[in-house]
Amino acid sequence: MRRVRIKDDALEQRVFLQRAMIAAGIVAALVLLISGRAFWLQVLQHAHYVELSQGNRARIEPLPPNRGILYDRAGRVVAENTPAYQLEIVRERAGDLDQALARLGRFGLLEPEDVPRVRRLVLSRRSFEAVPIALQLDDEEVARYAVHRHELPGVFLETRMARHYPYGPVGAHALGYVGTISEDDLERVDRERYFGTGVIGKTGIERAYEDELLGVGGYREVLVNAEGRPVEALNGAESQLRTVAPTAGRDLRLTLDIELQRVAEEAFAGRRGGVVAVDPDNGDVLVFASLPSFDPNGFARGISRSGYVALTENPDQPLFNRVLRGTYPPGSTIKPLMALAGLEYDVIKPADSVYCAGSYSLPGSRHRYREPKRGGTHGPVDMHRAVMKSCDVYFYRLANTLGIQRIHDSMARMGFGQPTGIDILGERGGIMPSPDWKKGAFARREQQVWFPGETVIVGIGQGYWTATLLQLAKATALLGTRGQPYQPRLVRALVDPATGNVEERKPRPLPGIELTRAENWEIIVDAMVAVTTGGTAARAARGATYSIAGKTGTAQVFSVGQTEKYDEKEVAERLRDHALFVAFAPAESPRLAVAVLVENGGFGSSAAAPIARAIFDAYLLPKAE
Amino acid sequence: MYEELSASRTRRTVTATARLLRALHLDGMLLAALAAVSCFGMFVLWSAAGDNTALWFNQLVRLGIGFTVMIALARVPDHVFRMLSPAGYAAGVALLIVVAIAGDVGKGAQRWLDLGVVRFQPSEILKLAVPMMCAWYLHQRPLPPAPRDVVIVLAIIVVPVLLIAEQPDLGTALLVAAAGLIVLVMGGLSWAFIAGGVALMGAAVPLVWHFLHDYQRQRVLTLLDPQSDALGAGYHIIQSQIAIGSGGVFGKGWTNGTQAQLEFLPERSTDFIFAVIGEELGLLGLVALLAGYLFIIGRGLFMATQCRDAFARLVGGSIALTFFVYAFVNAGMVTGLLPVVGVPLPLVSYGGTSFVTLMAGFGILMSLYSSRKLVG
Repeated sequence: MRRVRIKDDALEQRVFLQRAMIAAGIVAALVLLISGRAFWLQVLQHAHYVELSQGNRARIEPLPPNRGILYDRAGRVVAENTPAYQLEIVRERAGDLDQALARLGRFGLLEPEDVPRVRRLVLSRRSFEAVPIALQLDDEEVARYAVHRHELPGVFLETRMARHYPYGPVGAHALGYVGTISEDDLERVDRERYFGTGVIGKTGIERAYEDELLGVGGYREVLVNAEGRPVEALNGAESQLRTVAPTAGRDLRLTLDIELQRVAEEAFAGRRGGVVAVDPDNGDVLVFASLPSFDPNGFARGISRSGYVALTENPDQPLFNRVLRGTYPPGSTIKPLMALAGLEYDVIKPADSVYCAGSYSLPGSRHRYREPKRGGTHGPVDMHRAVMKSCDVYFYRLANTLGIQRIHDSMARMGFGQPTGIDILGERGGIMPSPDWKKGAFARREQQVWFPGETVIVGIGQGYWTATLLQLAKATALLGTRGQPYQPRLVRALVDPATGNVEERKPRPLPGIELTRAENWEIIVDAMVAVTTGGTAARAARGATYSIAGKTGTAQVFSVGQTEKYDEKEVAERLRDHALFVAFAPAESPRLAVAVLVENGGFGSSAAAPIARAIFDAYLLPKAE
Repeated sequence: MYEELSASRTRRTVTATARLLRALHLDGMLLAALAAVSCFGMFVLWSAAGDNTALWFNQLVRLGIGFTVMIALARVPDHVFRMLSPAGYAAGVALLIVVAIAGDVGKGAQRWLDLGVVRFQPSEILKLAVPMMCAWYLHQRPLPPAPRDVVIVLAIIVVPVLLIAEQPDLGTALLVAAAGLIVLVMGGLSWAFIAGGVALMGAAVPLVWHFLHDYQRQRVLTLLDPQSDALGAGYHIIQSQIAIGSGGVFGKGWTNGTQAQLEFLPERSTDFIFAVIGEELGLLGLVALLAGYLFIIGRGLFMATQCRDAFARLVGGSIALTFFVYAFVNAGMVTGLLPVVGVPLPLVSYGGTSFVTLMAGFGILMSLYSSRKLVG
């Protein structure tokens, strides 16, 4: 028999009352517990805590860890830690912060325009933390501090390990730099880990590998008096003071070859641009140069506001990482890849001849796509000759036959339109255009129609197509290995300096490209070798003792009218075309693949190809010693 | 004659005040206690905020908002709360899901919902919506609750609690769970259930440990040995105990606490303000505050027992006792009895949303209480 329960308000009220009384009892007991705890702390242990708070007490002093050292592929130190004098301020001991900063300004230890930034920085950290305000003082500044020391309470001169880049601007865009921790940095990192550490990786490898490089901080307790000054510990009190040693960060072995990097940067001879050189067999980046460069030691030293503004307002944009973030039309450098796509989709045979009469028009259109070659025509050209002479008409036609979708698909497989995945942050992916892309890229989606004319110029690497130097280097290396791409990387191994443990980073192969006919690789590579023996880059490759497979290119900065002639001299330097060159060598079994861009350099053959040649010579030829 | 006149004037004023309070459905004693503790809080905050007077005035504005919300809610008829409980609960859980998918990440935890004009934490809503939903479910059924009803109420509690714990916001998750469980216990949950639940919780400790974030584990470990992490989590505990202990019986005097004013004490205007009271106003200050809390809780419980139906009693009891949980968890944390959990000191800590939620709860309690005698 099931008992049916009905609501009984009197019972419920009684139960509630009973429970309320029990609850009140528990509340009272717990309040007594808290009061008892307060009594214990404030009455019974009062003397002990008064001593802690007023008399001598242990102040915690951080022991910052040594930052990991960067070595290039030959074991040369490219970023190290050197002892330097650093000026630090402890807010709670400095009295009025604004006055303290003003005094520092008066004594020439802080630039007036830096005061607001430093003030925010100091306020954003805990009051008992020592906040660095000037990172690497020179002798004169140290002397000035010594003179005014008594007027600067809470400001201390400490010897700290500071970051130093022995090669200066060489490779700065790859290495990146460290700088004072800003408020923004504090938002994204765990503050506790930076207790006592004044700097943080800002860009490049220093930023991407921050977690590995940083290490773990330690601390030690020091006895201080009521004013916070350190005092000698009496009668063995040292034994009670704890010291926890810091653990250094891991050292990095890079793929960069800093001497090759220097050769590459010097070959630019003051021009703007960028160059990437990779080992096709594993994706190791040996050269990663963006020019003009800057001196990362300036940041590590604590760059002043005016110094920073000078860098950002320089029209040559030295802080802009052209390799990682510069996207340029790839121009004719992609013609070998287009030819390969034509062969793969079987829309053209190597021997098929096209007549170049100096311009190309789509069927039923009068718009003429021009051939920039001086003198106008190439006459009849087959695939080999079209690549060698960089005949635009041939590739206009090929692009039209392939159609944009097939171009997009094959180029996307080569890595265009997406970041290469290199192991530093901020890489851009460029644009590999397609009808779908166009719909999403502009307003009024449904009205975005792909025009056949847009396909034609994509055929010579212009139009909407933009690529990064990393993508070009990766695609060039892919031709060199005949189909096996690797993710580019800057770090080969991590080394624990304490144990000597080495963690090797394996090369990261990407899905390979299988051609239906493997001999197509050689058809393309042969044509690229012809470029450097009798084609557009013959002059730059003259006298080389190894074979180079290359391709020149020019990226249009502004477009030329239908009937005008492009005259290099008349065009202002900033509006000149960008010069491009991609190559790998030795052609038969490449050890290095290179992509070069010289901004406003004009034609690729004269400006960019010699830079690649200089790199190849330095890397492939035995050292003359 | 003159004296008589003034005495009657006083009487008139008193009765006029009583009439006004009754018209506003406010409870005079509770209101006075809340106002007293809040004023005490503002007094302490002035010292804890130091130079930052903007912070103090911000809190003054929130005080105004909180009391306004309380007065407004006290005027809402009690059946409206009962009617809206399920909808409020559903909306709260829905918002939690929205936050989980699209919320802002502040300080590494996903808690905030950005509505363009205001950012708020949906978990605050659940602090009231969960006990109300539990009470709504139980009040239609005979009490003490049958096992089946217990299971359903537990489910009502667990869903939002897990969503909040996942954000991760352990402090709020604990408070929401406590608010719901209190309803169940006050509803007459059998002692066997309670004992079983406690045993189960003990058994679940290793499991919970497994799901805690690293920083949460650290806080528990730190409680056992603050020196093990003297730079990190242990720093708070060490410094707050020094502050309280050095305060003694009478304290170092208002705005004179060295620990607080020299900024050794972290988060002194928010979660650790209890230590500022201990340092500057001493044991007397702490006891005064605790007495104020005891009065508020006692009055709240009394009001709950006077309510006319099960829904009102359960919600009222939960509001009063959850308030105590706040106070106990915070005071326990600051004095080093409990691990560091981000729970503010009720009515005293700087911080907007939790203050307004608390006052909303007391507004609801007053509304429920004022409806008690309308039906025979």
